[in-house]
Amino acid sequence: MLEFILERVNYWIIIMLMMIGLYITFAAVNMIKRMIGLSIFQTSVFLFYISLSKVAGGSAPILIGDDLGGGYGAKDSHSGGDAAGHSAAEAAADVMLAAGGGTGERYAELVHTYSNPLPHVLILTAIVVGVATLSVGLAIIVRIREAYGTIEADEVRAIDIETAAAQEADVPDIPGEAPA
Amino acid sequence: MMEAVLTLAPNWALEHAPALLVVVPFMLAPFIALVPSGRFAWLVSIVATVLSLILSLILLGLVQTTPTGIVSYALGGWRPPLGIEFRVDALNAMVLLLVSAIGVLASIFSWPTVEAEIPQRKRALFYSAYLVCFSGLAGVAITGDAFNLFVFLEISSISTYVLVALGAGRDRRALPAAFNYLIMGTIGATFFVIGVGCLYAATGTLNMADIASKLPELTDSRAVQAGFAFIVVGLGLKAAMWPLHQWLPNAYAYSPSFVTVFLSATATKVALYALIRFLFTVFEPDFSFEAASFGTIFMPLGIAAMVICSFQAVFQTDVRRVLAYSSVAQVGYMLLGVSLGTAAGLSAGLFHMLNHAMIKGALFMAVAGVVLTYQGTHVRDFAGLGRSAPFTMAGFTIAALSLIGVPLTAGFQSKWALMSALFESGMAWAVLLVVFSSVLAFIYMGRILEAVFFQPPANPRKTRKEAPFLLLVPLWVLALANIWFGIDTDVPLGLAREAAAAAFGGGAF
Repeated sequence: MLEFILERVNYWIIIMLMMIGLYITFAAVNMIKRMIGLSIFQTSVFLFYISLSKVAGGSAPILIGDDLGGGYGAKDSHSGGDAAGHSAAEAAADVMLAAGGGTGERYAELVHTYSNPLPHVLILTAIVVGVATLSVGLAIIVRIREAYGTIEADEVRAIDIETAAAQEADVPDIPGEAPA
Repeated sequence: MMEAVLTLAPNWALEHAPALLVVVPFMLAPFIALVPSGRFAWLVSIVATVLSLILSLILLGLVQTTPTGIVSYALGGWRPPLGIEFRVDALNAMVLLLVSAIGVLASIFSWPTVEAEIPQRKRALFYSAYLVCFSGLAGVAITGDAFNLFVFLEISSISTYVLVALGAGRDRRALPAAFNYLIMGTIGATFFVIGVGCLYAATGTLNMADIASKLPELTDSRAVQAGFAFIVVGLGLKAAMWPLHQWLPNAYAYSPSFVTVFLSATATKVALYALIRFLFTVFEPDFSFEAASFGTIFMPLGIAAMVICSFQAVFQTDVRRVLAYSSVAQVGYMLLGVSLGTAAGLSAGLFHMLNHAMIKGALFMAVAGVVLTYQGTHVRDFAGLGRSAPFTMAGFTIAALSLIGVPLTAGFQSKWALMSALFESGMAWAVLLVVFSSVLAFIYMGRILEAVFFQPPANPRKTRKEAPFLLLVPLWVLALANIWFGIDTDVPLGLAREAAAAAFGGGAF
């Protein structure tokens, strides 16, 4: 049992962070705190992706030593004459497959093990999305503060209910409203 | 018509249509943000959406003429399993056509309401955010890459939060509505990313077709099943699946009129498309956990949505809230169709999706006209409008009848298709519930129509004040489309059938 937990310690940490973030988002009344909770929740997902990409014993995904020459040489022999047609991008793509645990023997010549770089790139994108969400959220909170004078969700709701009640109440004020 | 479009289209458009469809509005968005003229921004956004409509027609033509029925576009020349792929089949060609057609109509319609509701210095930025939202929705519909779908989903959602919050000029309640939408939308999107991460962990790929080819061996994997659950909840939140719809009524009720029109006709539809894409193409309906989810999750939730939210709609006093709750109920119909897991059910759901976009687009346009001329969305503000704004209200009435499902309207046809699909699957009791929900629709729309036609005007000084011409044209286009497609169903039903067949991997019809 202990082994079961320790083997997956990264996932336990991620799930804990996820639940903390989600709980804050739901339970907090202060809107800034809700944004903080949301950020924690998103960050836990970033960690999830990054820990997913770690290959046991793998180094940083930068070609080193023999892989640098070997990778290209083997590829040329494989693809025959049209080596010139292969772009650097495709070579990189092939390496990516290899690092991700791709099965083709064609990639077996990599000497070193690399961690999978793709999730890192994905998470860079997701971080940008998270920053955008956070900034839009904070901007809306600033506007709420200007319009309501408070950033507590329950007070905002109370004010809204009052407004709605006032709107319902002013029916007779409208001129020309004929009694049924 | 399709052949004409294809022969007229230049070569570069045929080749790069998938990328251009998303890139053109996306690139025009920062451009109009730099030019501080609202009117110019409006014209540019019409041009951008018209171009997108033409490109989506080209794509539909390409999809219908290629033997495989799939148009694949490798972004940046990276081959699909590794690079991002834009992949169009009959299913998303239909959704793209829907989004861009509504985009064109909503853009044309927008200027009078934007002029009235948005401060002058914000108008260009408003249109800029709208184009970003539009291209994000088109991107969700077109992409064949699961993570890319998340990015586009967030592009469209973040700009939507901004658009909703801009309703604050008219009613400050738009701000908390936008904030709640932001919180829930982000939770939904993050759930979706967790699901995609689980699938990536299990399959090692992000391309949806590639994931689909690897999943059948992995159905027992806990990661795949957890991924399925996360994706369903995440996309369900975006699609306003009951009970994850709490963000929707306020967001629709307080955002600027134009935003409501556009969102109600496209945003939830695109999220629902993404859900269908995952349910039928990435996962398969005969996976045991998915077959179970149809009966135990989608069907009860769909039925609950169409009954409970129709009830809630009956008790609303604000017309836009009535329509918002009715939207959630209509999503329930679509989910019910999807949950049958049959091609007939799915095509009925998609058919209803097309029709509902036309219905809600027309209804919210008419409401926008009333907001513009009479400054109110309360039911009592609609009193007597049948006499003072006959053209606006006639369009409203046609769409309302279509929403109820009166014969000879589009809404009737899609409800009919849904009911026959239910009968085929031996669920006569669900047919009764559909009828019951339609009766509720009759009550909540009837209440508004009664005020419109049979009550004395609330403000007799404002006799005969029609919505502006620019607003009436798109309204009537949609209203007439409701009648046209209620009589001649070949086009939408054909699209929906082909789409359902594509979702099932062909050969279903």
